[in-house]
Amino acid sequence: MKSSQGRLTRFVLAGLAGSSLLFLALIVLFLFMEGLPIFTLLTASDFFLGMSWYPTANPPDFGIFPLIAGSAAVTLVASGTAIPLGVMTAVWLAEVAPASMRRIGKPLVELLAALPSVVVGLFGMVVVAPLLQDYLGVDSGLNLFNAGLMLAMMSVPTICSITEDALQAVPVSLREASLALGATRWETTVKVVLPSAASGIGTACMLGISRSIGETMVVLMVAGGASLLPLSLFDPVRPLPASIAAEIAEVSFGGEHYHALFAVGLTLFMSTLLFNLVALRIAGNSAEKG
Amino acid sequence: MKGKILKSLSVNLALLFCFFAPAVSAAEEIIISGSTTVLPIMQKAGEAFMAVNPGISLAISGGGSGNGIKALNEGLCHVAMSSRDIKSSELEQGSARNVKAVRTAIAVDALVPVVHPENPITGLSAEQLRDIYTGKIRNWKELGGLDENIVLISRDSSSGTFETWETMIMMNEKVVPSALLQASNGAVVQIVAKNRKAIGYIGFGYLDASLKKLSVNNVEANTETALSNTWPIARELYVFTNGAPAGGVKKLVDYLLDPQKGQQAVKEAGYIPLQK
Repeated sequence: MKSSQGRLTRFVLAGLAGSSLLFLALIVLFLFMEGLPIFTLLTASDFFLGMSWYPTANPPDFGIFPLIAGSAAVTLVASGTAIPLGVMTAVWLAEVAPASMRRIGKPLVELLAALPSVVVGLFGMVVVAPLLQDYLGVDSGLNLFNAGLMLAMMSVPTICSITEDALQAVPVSLREASLALGATRWETTVKVVLPSAASGIGTACMLGISRSIGETMVVLMVAGGASLLPLSLFDPVRPLPASIAAEIAEVSFGGEHYHALFAVGLTLFMSTLLFNLVALRIAGNSAEKG
Repeated sequence: MKGKILKSLSVNLALLFCFFAPAVSAAEEIIISGSTTVLPIMQKAGEAFMAVNPGISLAISGGGSGNGIKALNEGLCHVAMSSRDIKSSELEQGSARNVKAVRTAIAVDALVPVVHPENPITGLSAEQLRDIYTGKIRNWKELGGLDENIVLISRDSSSGTFETWETMIMMNEKVVPSALLQASNGAVVQIVAKNRKAIGYIGFGYLDASLKKLSVNNVEANTETALSNTWPIARELYVFTNGAPAGGVKKLVDYLLDPQKGQQAVKEAGYIPLQK
């Protein structure tokens, strides 16, 4: 009786896990089926390296290089801001702050992750953009810098929380040994604790980055939407997810533009997949060591 | 896209329904297809129309003016929505199939260029607007304004508003890539109201006190100039029917033209009603 119940439970759980895998596989299949037809129309290099995106012109241009550059630039600015901020906050929480502060601080940082992205976008559009225009004199506050900042705000909680867990997981005996050898707390943190938590911190950063690549609402509202190669920190950009979100509602079903947008989605999927695989690999390495 | 799939699904379902259920219900089915610019009017008016005419059901889908007229010629829809007049080639295609498209104007779509209220510019010519949007003019100084860069706001290229702007101002030249493309009239209003260097264009229905409207070719933007066809960025929106509207189709067209009913929907969709 007991064993048959156990078997049933195992069966149901396996079925549920399998169905979510099945959904993932179907989505990927659909992406490929709807995205690949665009390459019968133009070559992959025209698509990925083409410099102009005029999907409704006659004849249309489907060059997504400015969109890829936009996504890359936004992600770079976001991670350049979020990684130092997130990691240092985590170090403070785990190593410096008294236990009472840690108990308040960590949930507060994690609360940031609960902010809906549309609220972050609105904040960028209504508060940050006019500030950039008035105090930095930039032409438009809706630009690469603003979008990067807003995305950083959204990935800090992920990075900070996972890093803090990794730091907590470093055995106390290591710290005590280091201190007993006469190292200061600072030396212990930088030379002992951080290196032994390195793989966890790496995973945290990769997950944070893959979140900013895929984020749509914020870049749609704040990045400006110009399909331009960004030459300055304050140029407007049009990242891949923003293009899909802005255009998909009006394209005719099954047309060239439709397939082109799915191919954009495919590009996006591949890049987030890459970052997640890297994160997984870093985590895997640490598991072997531990 | 989701909306379109749903709509085309509903068309298919409706067709299926016609096959299987004529005995169950005698509901008249009107299939409407065409311009995405006219679509919001039809959707708003259509719901109210079906509520007062329970015997008639409407199947509304987009697809563009050209596709709508093509569907009318091929007998695939009863009413074609269009943001332009019918071409002579399309009339010929229709007469080959014994279809005679009859035009009824239902609204005027007028766009107005807008700037920040502090901008000293009060009017531009259509050529100047085109030069701004193709990137030839990049500084307000060249137009007699302050020495500041022009921040260009345009609409996403798949919107009906962009299509109007493209045909009436751009003359099908391309908008410079540095333009900030926004997804809605509301977003353009929001950005221009907060940026002294910005210029954008919106439907008449979206004008408010946070913006300054510009005159074009020395014509003031208002309802009168738009209706009298002197405003340079205005076009009539049409529905086409096979022959003069009759039966349920006539009821629908009359409803659309009723100042208290369909023309209210025109106003709500951001366009200018033909009748007061």
